[in-house]
Amino acid sequence: MAEFKKADSMLEWFDQRLGVVNFAKVMMTEYWIPKNINFLWAMGVLLTVLFTFLVVSGIFLLMYYKPDVNMAFDSVNYTIMQEVAYGWLFRHIHAVGASVVFLVIYIHMFTGIYYGSYKKGREMIWVSGMLLFMLFSAEGFSGYMLPWGQMSYWAAYVITEIFGGIPVIGDELVVWIRGNFYVSDSTLTRFFMLHVLLIPLAILGAIVFHFYALRFPHVNNEEGEFFDFDEEAEKYLAGNKKESKVVPFWPVFLSKDFFVLGFFMLFFFYLVFFHYDFAMDPVNFDKADGLKTPAHIYPEWYFLWSYEVLRGFFFEIAGVSGKDLGLMAFGFANAIFLVLPWLDRSPMVKPANQRPYFKYWFWFLMADLIVLTVYGKLPPTGANAWVGFASSMTFLVLFIALPFITKAEAKKVGGK
Amino acid sequence: MKEFKILAVIVALVGITYYGIEPYAHHIMHPEVSPADFSFKDLKNVDTKLAGNAANGKVLVEANCIACHAIDKAGYPAVMPNADAAASYGVVPPDLSSAGRIYDKNYLANFIFDPVTAMHLSGKYTPESGKAFPMPSYNWMTPQEIMDIVAFLQSVSPKVEGKEAHKATFEAACGRCHNMKYAGIEATTPKDNLKAYTGAVAPDLSQYIKSRGEHYLHSFINDPQLLLHGTSMPRVGLTEEAQEEVIAYMEETGDSKKAERESLGIWVLLYTFIFAILAYLWKRKIWSEVH
Repeated sequence: MAEFKKADSMLEWFDQRLGVVNFAKVMMTEYWIPKNINFLWAMGVLLTVLFTFLVVSGIFLLMYYKPDVNMAFDSVNYTIMQEVAYGWLFRHIHAVGASVVFLVIYIHMFTGIYYGSYKKGREMIWVSGMLLFMLFSAEGFSGYMLPWGQMSYWAAYVITEIFGGIPVIGDELVVWIRGNFYVSDSTLTRFFMLHVLLIPLAILGAIVFHFYALRFPHVNNEEGEFFDFDEEAEKYLAGNKKESKVVPFWPVFLSKDFFVLGFFMLFFFYLVFFHYDFAMDPVNFDKADGLKTPAHIYPEWYFLWSYEVLRGFFFEIAGVSGKDLGLMAFGFANAIFLVLPWLDRSPMVKPANQRPYFKYWFWFLMADLIVLTVYGKLPPTGANAWVGFASSMTFLVLFIALPFITKAEAKKVGGK
Repeated sequence: MKEFKILAVIVALVGITYYGIEPYAHHIMHPEVSPADFSFKDLKNVDTKLAGNAANGKVLVEANCIACHAIDKAGYPAVMPNADAAASYGVVPPDLSSAGRIYDKNYLANFIFDPVTAMHLSGKYTPESGKAFPMPSYNWMTPQEIMDIVAFLQSVSPKVEGKEAHKATFEAACGRCHNMKYAGIEATTPKDNLKAYTGAVAPDLSQYIKSRGEHYLHSFINDPQLLLHGTSMPRVGLTEEAQEEVIAYMEETGDSKKAERESLGIWVLLYTFIFAILAYLWKRKIWSEVH
């Protein structure tokens, strides 16, 4: 065993045992972030804070929520919303937080795409991020079922039904997921388990992995510039702070993040207290009723684009039913972002607007996703169905064309 | 400057998406209906300008109404218990104590003249359906006699105000068919009778202020057929004031923390604003060393 001398301070005592001084250096004061960044680089910290809000408010909700089809609805809408002191506040933070976390995830994700922060060594950051997106989607979907309102029930019904389209095992798979032939108590209880235990555990692991994946390739910057971090860090430590291209995570980077966070929280709490209907659908304040289908069934806003890709194919093409085509397109849409680093064949790491071809692709994608999202909510009748079909096709074509577009771009810029 | 440009782009993209999935989608899924009409202009069978004579109305009410209706506040108790009344008529007949206060005068007069037309339930009580509304039409009465009855009912209605009125109006106007679990209110008509009478058990209204919202309820209560064609819920003919009392009661029951939410909200926003300002100042101080 190592020889321990008597510590002169509490800090030293902990440092002897846990190496806290070095740990703080590695994690905070000598963790280097590029200086050339804008507020979009604060989204990661915003997400960490929002996730913490969700965990804490979730723990409070967990104390009164009852995962039982006969009690769930009233435990949320009566016990939590009206009986428990500030129960409504925790539910509002949880519901609005769950919706806003996706807004920030999308901004974070498209920031990454815009600045090309997924390639040339940063592939694992991207992949782990997309893994988090999938886990958050599963978390959002499973949580949405818990209040056991009409939209909880019917969204669960429609989404679990999707798995029925998988060849051979589809029908059995649906029963296996639901734990019954229809969405029932067993479905509610298992989704409760997924929501409060299994998926949050996986998310925690994936967050750690995502942060870890950032350490070696380092954070990208506004110009996509590559430089030697060690060299720049030395400049900074030597006192040439203005000249150095990097800043330490604490306090410099975080001071900017706190500032962005402050104004973001203003927006967030405005939604929590005064404008929450978008995250707490009125239809879900009717208790689940398996015999009464709501006039319009739609998922939460953050799933609308992929939901629209699913239902965009509403007619048979070459002997394949619309349902099967939609399912294939849906699978494609959900998996394709994961492999984005390998679809972009251009070596350029630059903001999209400085890339001759990619910039068109990027803004086309944004426009298409907005169209998909809006039409994903509207009833799929008449012209709406065709807009849905066209925008779903556009989505597929955009991704199929991406390798060719970026290859051509690489040729044009000559490998720069 | 550049950061403001980026912010503007994000706000624009989020704004367009929000507009599409919220206001625009709502507008498509819930088209506007004609505005609520609290004077019930479509009902014209009784001349409501005639001044009613309450004393004569009392005689008419005793001869025509109290065989089925209680008017507790005027000293006419219910003829039989609720369960028996529901079994006899299909639904418990209303106690008319507050009828003069909560129902619009024009509606009430025309209701006495021809209930089914006033309620907008002609679609349900067709000759082919073989169903008949339990209350007969008093279209054989003269308009003066009908206005006398109305005058009498108005004279016996007790004045109630504030939260007491919210609950009283809700119970009188809605409580014969609807439960309100979160307020401990159970419909006076037993469930089985109600199912036979209306075709389905009327929904519990505990969360209707949330699931339907004030805007929808405002139109719906005034004339249910406009928003839910074919529903067995009648147009009940509440005055605008009485309807507001009903909605207020639904809000007190279904959204009891509204006042707390709104007052706390201001403080949290203020706190967050101060945090944001301090964070900005600190950021400027820190970054002045590196820029």
